Amino acid sequence: MYQYDKYDQALVDARVADFRDQVRRRLDGSMSEEQFRPLRLMNGLYLQLHAYMLRVAVPYGTLSSAQMRMLGDIADKYDRGYGHFTTRQNIQYNWIKLDDAPDILADLAKVEMHAIQTSGNCIRNTTSDQYAGAAADEVVDPRPYAELIRQWSTFHPEFSYLPRKFKMAVIASNTDRAAMRLHDIGIQIVRNDAGELGCAFYVGGGMGRTPMIAPLIRDFVSLDQMITYSEACLRVYNRHGRRDNKYKARIKILVHELGKDEYTRQVEEEFAHLLTQNIEPPLAELERIKAQFTDPAYDLSASDDLDRSDPDFALWVDNNCLAHKQPGYLSATISLKPVGGIPGDATSDQIRLMADLAKEYSFDELRVTHAQNIVLPHVRKADLSTLWQKLDAAGLGTANLDLVGDIIACPGLDYCSLANARSIPVAQKISERFAGKQQEIGELKLKISGCINACGHHHAGHIGILGVDRKGVENYQLLLGGCEGADTSLGQITGPGFDEDGIVDAVEKATNLYLANKQGDERFLDTYRRLGMAPFKEAIYAKESVNG
Amino acid sequence: MVETQFRYRADEPAGDPAVTVDSFGDQTNAAAVRIEPGDDARVLLPYLDRLKLVEVNFPAYTDGRGYSAARILREAGYAGELRAVGDVLVDQLAYMRRCGFDSFAPEHPLNTADAEAAMARYADVYQPTVDGRAPVWAKRHG
Repeated sequence: MYQYDKYDQALVDARVADFRDQVRRRLDGSMSEEQFRPLRLMNGLYLQLHAYMLRVAVPYGTLSSAQMRMLGDIADKYDRGYGHFTTRQNIQYNWIKLDDAPDILADLAKVEMHAIQTSGNCIRNTTSDQYAGAAADEVVDPRPYAELIRQWSTFHPEFSYLPRKFKMAVIASNTDRAAMRLHDIGIQIVRNDAGELGCAFYVGGGMGRTPMIAPLIRDFVSLDQMITYSEACLRVYNRHGRRDNKYKARIKILVHELGKDEYTRQVEEEFAHLLTQNIEPPLAELERIKAQFTDPAYDLSASDDLDRSDPDFALWVDNNCLAHKQPGYLSATISLKPVGGIPGDATSDQIRLMADLAKEYSFDELRVTHAQNIVLPHVRKADLSTLWQKLDAAGLGTANLDLVGDIIACPGLDYCSLANARSIPVAQKISERFAGKQQEIGELKLKISGCINACGHHHAGHIGILGVDRKGVENYQLLLGGCEGADTSLGQITGPGFDEDGIVDAVEKATNLYLANKQGDERFLDTYRRLGMAPFKEAIYAKESVNG
Repeated sequence: MVETQFRYRADEPAGDPAVTVDSFGDQTNAAAVRIEPGDDARVLLPYLDRLKLVEVNFPAYTDGRGYSAARILREAGYAGELRAVGDVLVDQLAYMRRCGFDSFAPEHPLNTADAEAAMARYADVYQPTVDGRAPVWAKRHG
């Protein structure tokens, strides 16, 4: 994985000094809270309901053991002994003191980490496929391209006061595991007919209150123009994105209002101009980065056999492991969704254990997924059983990847000052209700947001739940049919909302209808797409006496 | 008139008051113009030769359109004074300089020591802009 050179390290160290100075000026009163707010946000520090929250960047979701261990230690030293992995492959701490924040950044800098641009109206941490470098179906490892974008976007002087936040994702497989088309810019690394690698640019996707699937604006940008093309996309947005209404300020609204063709025309015009400015890093820089993402030293004689005699282990393998490009290996997902747990939370001990296991069994590497789980990307099949036993003993062996218990949920009203409703208790109740039934139901991605900002990706859930405030009472709307990935679709609201227990019942009615009507190997989503909304709506809103 | 607190040019400041972009086209002698966030900096490109001062107003420092305006002018070869005015604060000065600003007239004067420390803090930069600083990738591949 990528390692800092003296320049990267000096920049991150300077940022620690910079932020320490900003905190000093805030505390001595020479800067107002209003002036400080965007600065602290650009360093991932939010003021939540009870305390400050610090969001630490995990570029494209990749971590070393040493970095993971530091994340566990920070949880003990500055927080309450746990951390929360997020839908943007980052980690956040919910109980931070402002005057500790510079020291936390200094600790992070020791392991080549930071909190730069994890919030604010700037280019955020770039995300990627959690199986990058391991997946059998990728064209190439997408992370070097994401790292090139990380460097270009870090402290970008023109694009740090954008109309609104800006999220980029880079993938290199046809199977999209990063919700690429729901980003402000989604880049897919592709190979053209001549066999050359390049970038397909999708611009103007996003969730929030107006969800949009990003249209393709250029099917091939050559690799030595990727940064210049990105710069053109951003400049058109910075100049013309709406600033009169924060709810209409994302690039998706600009692309929608101008129309894809006009936005593209403006980008191409800016691109032609920027090509004269020589702002593109040389391909040698991409090669330098690529050289740090080479394959680990696989055991070439690793056996492809797996002892499946323990049914619990076999279940975990079937649910949580993905085929690896290297024979004898698998990528293993550690579910942070135990029955009744808080999605994405891990204790400091669990974090350190995962760090140790990565060192022992996965070439020192871990990934954070946008579904709030952790991946050990390169595990020998021969080691898998031992690994699973150690995970299971620490409460990390849940076999529910992509099942109804593998819920994405935002922090909701338990922490967040923007939320209208709690997300976590709903996730916990659904997780408990379906604990014994989730294997039978099969793949079902359930996502919960506690307000319309959609941090819990409810639009993209096969089942989505949106918490709203109805006359001072928490109310939950149900959505069906959302999906991220190659066949991205947005969920539709079923009808009137429910209270906290009612929404759990409604989910069960929907899954019962699915089980009664599924054909062959259909997933919940497939059955929904075949039958449409009507029968689900009928089942969900039928009077109790009808269904008994 | 708000005073220019920081200026990084050797020439004499232009004496003329800055006119709006709208009236600039009609005043064929004007050598100073003031850009508001909604103005298109590119309308000035035919007149760069006679311009001595371009003021870019930041009514609120969170509105970043002025950064693009500045870079566009410099990319087109504008060599006169480029002054940031309005809600200009300590922590934006370094980015403004990277985008081509070479003078600053903050609405409220800044603490000089804080401002100079903030501008000097980052020895290296990742992107080439119009300020002539070599980005990190250029140093890596000399």
